[in-house]
Amino acid sequence: MRRLVVIAIPYLWLIALFLIPFVIVLKIALSDTALAIPPYMPQFDISAGWQGIRDFFSQLDFENFVFLTTDDLYWKAYLSSVQIAAISTFCTLLIGFPIAYGMARAPEEWRPTLMMLVILPFWTSFLIRVYAWVGILSNEGVLNQFLMALGLIDSPLQILNTPTAVYIGITYTYLPFMILPIYAALERLDGALLEAAEDLGCSRLTAFWLITVPLARNGIIAGCFLVFIPAVGEFVIPSLLGGSRTLMIGKVLWEEFFSNRDWPVASAVAVILLLILVIPIALFQRNEQKQREAEE
Amino acid sequence: MKRLSWFNVTSLTFGFAFLYLPMVILVIYSFNSSKLVTVWAGFSTRWYGELLQNDQMLDAAWVTIRVALASATLATILGTLAAYVLVRSGRFLGRTLFGGMIYAPLVMPEVITGLSLFLLFKPIFNQLGIHTIILAHATFSMCYASVVVSSRLVSFDRSLEEAALDLGATPFEAFRLVTLPIIAPAVISAWLLSFTLSLDDLVIASFTTGPGATTLPMKIWSAVRLGVSPEINALSTIMIGIVTIGVITASLASKRAAVRRAGEERAAVRT
Repeated sequence: MRRLVVIAIPYLWLIALFLIPFVIVLKIALSDTALAIPPYMPQFDISAGWQGIRDFFSQLDFENFVFLTTDDLYWKAYLSSVQIAAISTFCTLLIGFPIAYGMARAPEEWRPTLMMLVILPFWTSFLIRVYAWVGILSNEGVLNQFLMALGLIDSPLQILNTPTAVYIGITYTYLPFMILPIYAALERLDGALLEAAEDLGCSRLTAFWLITVPLARNGIIAGCFLVFIPAVGEFVIPSLLGGSRTLMIGKVLWEEFFSNRDWPVASAVAVILLLILVIPIALFQRNEQKQREAEE
Repeated sequence: MKRLSWFNVTSLTFGFAFLYLPMVILVIYSFNSSKLVTVWAGFSTRWYGELLQNDQMLDAAWVTIRVALASATLATILGTLAAYVLVRSGRFLGRTLFGGMIYAPLVMPEVITGLSLFLLFKPIFNQLGIHTIILAHATFSMCYASVVVSSRLVSFDRSLEEAALDLGATPFEAFRLVTLPIIAPAVISAWLLSFTLSLDDLVIASFTTGPGATTLPMKIWSAVRLGVSPEINALSTIMIGIVTIGVITASLASKRAAVRRAGEERAAVRT
């Protein structure tokens, strides 16, 4: 009995505030925009009994989804979100792996400090860390001033308000999410395996490819998912750094909701975004579950 | 002792420079006396003074702190329960669904979470505001909290709990007297994590807020959308300072506690 209560509290909380809201999003995505309060129809009318429920379902349709396919804006935004997220994830891996590797090779007494240095930015406001790049990347920003002072360029580079700025922003803010799982995997790696490989005539680079990378695989996979999935729906970074020409679906959803006040279309955008992410999210969970079972 | 190869030293140096330089630059420019952020016009604390006179900013900070305190406490209680269920309850109906609901919010794009919670709250509550932001923050923070606590529960020696039960403790007593003190460091870090997640959040709060409830991130957002502003640099510097002091203090305290515990264990073994 007591066990049931312990399970029920978090379970019901998540069902009420995580699962049911998705059902509502789906329902409103199938509704029509209306000039009323709330601004969509049909309304669910339980007092009308069975007939009311049938009427309700007969009024749901896929009109909003059809609308999304007719306007170029939406599928272009989806496509460019996935592309931007993929490129940024790759950059994060490229920068994050050597840092995680260096941390795992560092003397043991340094490691807690290095770990703290990686986590510290994560505790600082996300918004502030993105904002810091506005002052660096703008045309009169610190980076352009620095490069011009060195004489490497004559006129400022346009970086802010381009996709490049978004790649930098995502890589920067999500870097700890990539470093930590890879570091966790590399730290457990037994150094004797590498020595054995070298003794058996492997070059260091071959040993790295044949031993280190496969053993760090789960960490790399977890890191990539932790960066890629939220990056696809990112809103703050493309809005602050990407300018008006960088299309990302999180921004489109935000504008549908806050500027156009079109809840049904915003919901339809959310449903499709979720459909795109459902496969990576499921893979991510399987990876986590497998690691958990391996630990137990 | 192993020596670091030049490759590792370079990658660590460049990596940490990349992580920290942007924030250092932000802090330096908060002391710039010019309104133009790009031109250095001499040292000044002018923007800090203006910040302290900005009542709207201070109000928003107060709202944010209240939301964070309440939602972090809720999230820690729910997250600890959830971790306990995940690690200890074995198989039960819908365990896969439960595990899924714990991990999915960790990667769920914030715009989706925000929109779905707004659509849930709108018909239920007359007015959205601080209370709805607290509920929303508690929900996504509890997932982070449960991941932190469950990592500690997994490495925990279960026979201690069983011993307590054998000696006549009720399951609740065993939890309160044995399990909770041992997982306490994880519970505290879960609370701190939930607190900062709530302080930080712009997107979910924007969706679930109502009239009169403006949080600090929303205030910062409306200021920085128009470009760089030295007052926001000053505010950022204060926030970075608080976080740095907090994290360093916490890590020193936990280090000292670990040393003390090791000492006590040695003493216990000797006697």
